[in-house]
Amino acid sequence: MNTVLQLVSTTAALVSVVLGIYLGVKWAPVGSRFNARPALYAMTGAAVVLLALGSWMGLVWTPPEREMGHVYRIIYVHVPAMWMAMLALVINFGCCIAYLFKASWKTDALAEASAEIGLLFGTYGLVLGSIWGKPTWGVYWDWDPRLTAMAIMLVTYVGYTALRRFVEDPEKRAVWSSVVGIISGINMPIVWKSVQWWRSLHQVQSTPKTVDPDMVLALRVNAWASLILLVLFLLHRYRIALATREAEVALPSALPTDTRTNPSEVV
Amino acid sequence: MKPGRTISLPRSVGVLLAKDLLIEWRTRARLNALVFFALATLLLFSFAVGPDTKLLARNAGGYLWLALLFASVLALGESFRVEQENLTLDGLRLAPADARAIFLSKAVGNTLLLVALGALLIPVMVALYGVQVAMGPLPFAITLVLGCMAISAPGTVYSAIASNARARDVLLPLLLFPLIIPALLAAAKATALVLQGDPMEQLGSWYGLLSGFNLIYWGLGFALFPRVIED
Repeated sequence: MNTVLQLVSTTAALVSVVLGIYLGVKWAPVGSRFNARPALYAMTGAAVVLLALGSWMGLVWTPPEREMGHVYRIIYVHVPAMWMAMLALVINFGCCIAYLFKASWKTDALAEASAEIGLLFGTYGLVLGSIWGKPTWGVYWDWDPRLTAMAIMLVTYVGYTALRRFVEDPEKRAVWSSVVGIISGINMPIVWKSVQWWRSLHQVQSTPKTVDPDMVLALRVNAWASLILLVLFLLHRYRIALATREAEVALPSALPTDTRTNPSEVV
Repeated sequence: MKPGRTISLPRSVGVLLAKDLLIEWRTRARLNALVFFALATLLLFSFAVGPDTKLLARNAGGYLWLALLFASVLALGESFRVEQENLTLDGLRLAPADARAIFLSKAVGNTLLLVALGALLIPVMVALYGVQVAMGPLPFAITLVLGCMAISAPGTVYSAIASNARARDVLLPLLLFPLIIPALLAAAKATALVLQGDPMEQLGSWYGLLSGFNLIYWGLGFALFPRVIED
């Protein structure tokens, strides 16, 4: 049962992710003839099926924990959410470095998409952690190094997304946000290692190595489901960012001086 | 940069720094405004907390660094506004000097300004909050210099970005404050230890954290700054 489930979930997820990356290349240009709908529906379907399977496994199939009872079950969503946040922010960091070496609107659009999706998953994970903290630690928010470091990092990415809104020139925005993204990315190893450097309330990272064998498979299935969701979100946000950028870069030809191409003049 | 004649990096940093300091000295308006702003902040903390001298004395280090941080936002914002007024930043870019020299001179200039401000604030803080100083001037000076350097390096990069962006007064604190938190924490703890004594010998580890922070962000600023001001 275990090996079959693991094989099915891993295959479904890997196929979806490869499909997603292929789509990202093929489907992204605005006005592309490539019809991505069936593939996107397939990805969404895989995400829904894996999420349903993961929820059932997390809520019913896995045993309750020895000390926390049922409360621990939040790890099946909290931990994958945090993994995905980290993954998205690593993608952002990579895009920021890549942009400084070779300027490309695609890298810039992916950087924008990944920062926002990382922020989304990170905030979601932080809120879930607080909900778990109340029955376990007695408080929603403890000034534990892990929590504090994560919250600080999310605020730096709020600053990053704010910067993107406040700069109108697309080229300057891309360069400056890459610089800010690199400076913000330095925080990530601190957040990841914080549970080992300052051993306090938050337990060490939950990975397949530190989690009980009974719970690993449910965690894996939920993580694969989150990964598909991450890729789906990234694709959509990336496409929106690229379309916005193309509209911005094409802007000069639509300025009022050129009346033939100005839509407002054509009545 | 490969024109016929280039000026060496240390020399251009020195020239640019001298220029900035000269402008600063001739107007003196920025330093005056900063001193009064920071003094008012220190005073406001004592009003906000209430006249509880014990509490004020215990938190004096944190209040000092918050006052310095708030003042630094004004100082950093000003440091590139000066360059923009007559398009002098374009002039600096055209000069046969390394763009990284602009970063170093601005960051060193901001550090000097903040250190001067801190040196003025410390006696006021000691008097205002009734603090007993346990350690001598040397650890105080090290803390002040390391902390001000930590604010200046990322602050210079971010103020160069923010000075050109819309809503620049909002953007600089929004970008800088979360980034600076580890340095602020270390500087405030180190100051508290300097004020209250350090029986557990923890001061060194906070200095280590501040030095590491400085190393990372001065290096990043040095490497990335040319991209920030290029056109």
